[in-house]
Amino acid sequence: MAEPIAAYRVRGPFAELTRARIRELTREPEALFWVFVFPILLTAILGLAFRSRPPEALPVAVVEGPLADARLAALAKEPDLKPNLLSEEDARQALVRGRVVLVVSSGETPVYSYDPTQPESRAARLAVDAALQHAAGRADAFAAGSAPVTEPGSRYVDFLVPGLLGMNLMGTGMWGIGFSLVVARNGNLLKRLVAAPVRKSHLLGAQLTSRLIFLIPEAGALLLFARFALGVPFRGSLFLLAAVALLGALAFSGLGLLVAARPRTIEGVSGLMNLAMVPMWIFSGIFFSTERFPATIQPFVQALPLTALNDALRGVMLQGIGLVPLLPEFAVLAVWGVVSFLLALKFFRWQ
Amino acid sequence: MPNTASALRCKDLVKRYGETVAVAGLDLEVWRGECLGMLGPNGAGKTTTVEIFEGLRVPDSGLVEVLGEPWRGNGFALRARLGIQLQETKFSDKARVSEVVILFRSFYPRGLDVADVLALVGLEEKAGAHVRTLSGGQKQRLSLACALVGDPEVLFLDEPTTGLDPQARHQTWEIVEGLKARGRTVLLTTHYMEEAARLCDRVAVVDYGKVIALGTPRELIASLGAEHVIEFAVGEQPEGADFHGLLRALPSVEGLAHDGVHWRLTVREVHRAVPALLAALAERGAEPLHLATHHATLEDVFMNLTGRRLRDG
Repeated sequence: MAEPIAAYRVRGPFAELTRARIRELTREPEALFWVFVFPILLTAILGLAFRSRPPEALPVAVVEGPLADARLAALAKEPDLKPNLLSEEDARQALVRGRVVLVVSSGETPVYSYDPTQPESRAARLAVDAALQHAAGRADAFAAGSAPVTEPGSRYVDFLVPGLLGMNLMGTGMWGIGFSLVVARNGNLLKRLVAAPVRKSHLLGAQLTSRLIFLIPEAGALLLFARFALGVPFRGSLFLLAAVALLGALAFSGLGLLVAARPRTIEGVSGLMNLAMVPMWIFSGIFFSTERFPATIQPFVQALPLTALNDALRGVMLQGIGLVPLLPEFAVLAVWGVVSFLLALKFFRWQ
Repeated sequence: MPNTASALRCKDLVKRYGETVAVAGLDLEVWRGECLGMLGPNGAGKTTTVEIFEGLRVPDSGLVEVLGEPWRGNGFALRARLGIQLQETKFSDKARVSEVVILFRSFYPRGLDVADVLALVGLEEKAGAHVRTLSGGQKQRLSLACALVGDPEVLFLDEPTTGLDPQARHQTWEIVEGLKARGRTVLLTTHYMEEAARLCDRVAVVDYGKVIALGTPRELIASLGAEHVIEFAVGEQPEGADFHGLLRALPSVEGLAHDGVHWRLTVREVHRAVPALLAALAERGAEPLHLATHHATLEDVFMNLTGRRLRDG
């Protein structure tokens, strides 16, 4: 019986180079973990750690004495306060260790001991004083109403998801491009490819294309998880969101190419990767707002590509803003992408 | 007989790396249809010369012609006519053997069928295996498959069997012999004299960036003037210069070399030289150690020309 002859289908060089690169990624379980699982895991864990909780009662101490019972009873009526009866020494210890945020002395006219730099202590000062004044007979001038607000989009996890998406686009873009190029250079594969009739534009273009193809499941997985498991809002246009992610991925691919332009070893490229990425992990508002940095370093912070990407992602997702207000961010990303790509081509070591 | 039109030609080729002169005015011509071997020790400039022919390096000076053309621009059209095996290429670990060959096939406008190439290098059984699972010899044959898949007019093999075990080496030799039988032009570099002797129509002996001898293996060995070599060492070194003279004066001796430990006599007739040698040593009270004789090889040619061995040890 004749064996069926295996027919090998050969596509064009660009398609084959792109397929080869995608196979490298999809057959690497570790790469799949870092690209797909890790950001979702991180979002879930941080979302859990910083989940919105009902406001907790503030622990305060009342020092033992003749008036202590009456004060305790008055404070116990306040839902926002959790009073404890303690000896003077224990109360002092509790305050120092942060187990209570305020101590009411035993004297006839109470003295409040608290740390005025702590917002919780200041809140306790107001609540305790009001409760004790009421108990002593003070009347309210009027009874103000309360309207609690728990709007989705103002939670920490809502702030976090666009930042993590930006961080992931940076990591995958830079590592995805840089690592494989340096491995290929180190193993003489790049030299072998250059010796063949292969266009350099095809070699690099295939890297970029496979990166962009990978972007779809990568960003999709995190965003679907955020939308359906965490209820993170999507206020802006999905098309604009995709455009921001695409531009971000391209900018970081350019940077990845630049970082990988010269090194011959994995150790060499790892050092450069960290040099490029660590400042952005710190300054680009992944986990907290960039507004916390002093005004003097804001020009540096705002010029970083990840800052621009995170701001644009948050703007589209959380605020639902359109294209025009995002143009400065688009410009920052485009400049980084184009300049790093051109520099990378100029300095690229093919062998 | 090989067609005398040249496939590769270089003249006065010079390449320096900083202070080091890798190629120092090298002349070489490879005819179409022949297998020419560059034989020489590590660092002799073989790989640099080959990489200049391959268009991977630019010489500092000298003339280079590949298939009658110089390297110009990216040499795209010329590259499509060459097959290249580098000393070592690490293909992606997770790729399958067939996928690597398909990738390389896609670069060439015309070439061989992927299945045929896999059969040619004996990897058809491994077509679906990941590169990671291949032995050193199989990886080398995969690299050979990538060099062949474009059906090249000239094939460059840079140390194709270095680091392989004897069985894998013999497999590679058989493949190259098959290619020779199809009339391909091959330029190969090696520091194994058996490899050069077995595969090459002509051998260029290279040392310090120059061709120091060129000819068929038979011609090169014949240039020693004698076909046999006696190699020996002595327990206690006899006194200096007149020992040299004594050895040269022995019957049928044509050449003499000494590397500090071993003496090598190139002789026409072993049966006349050995008894005379033993008698001369006994007369001096020197005891011969490791006395051995063999047919002269390319290694002896190299030693005769340079006073050194091709390989250490």
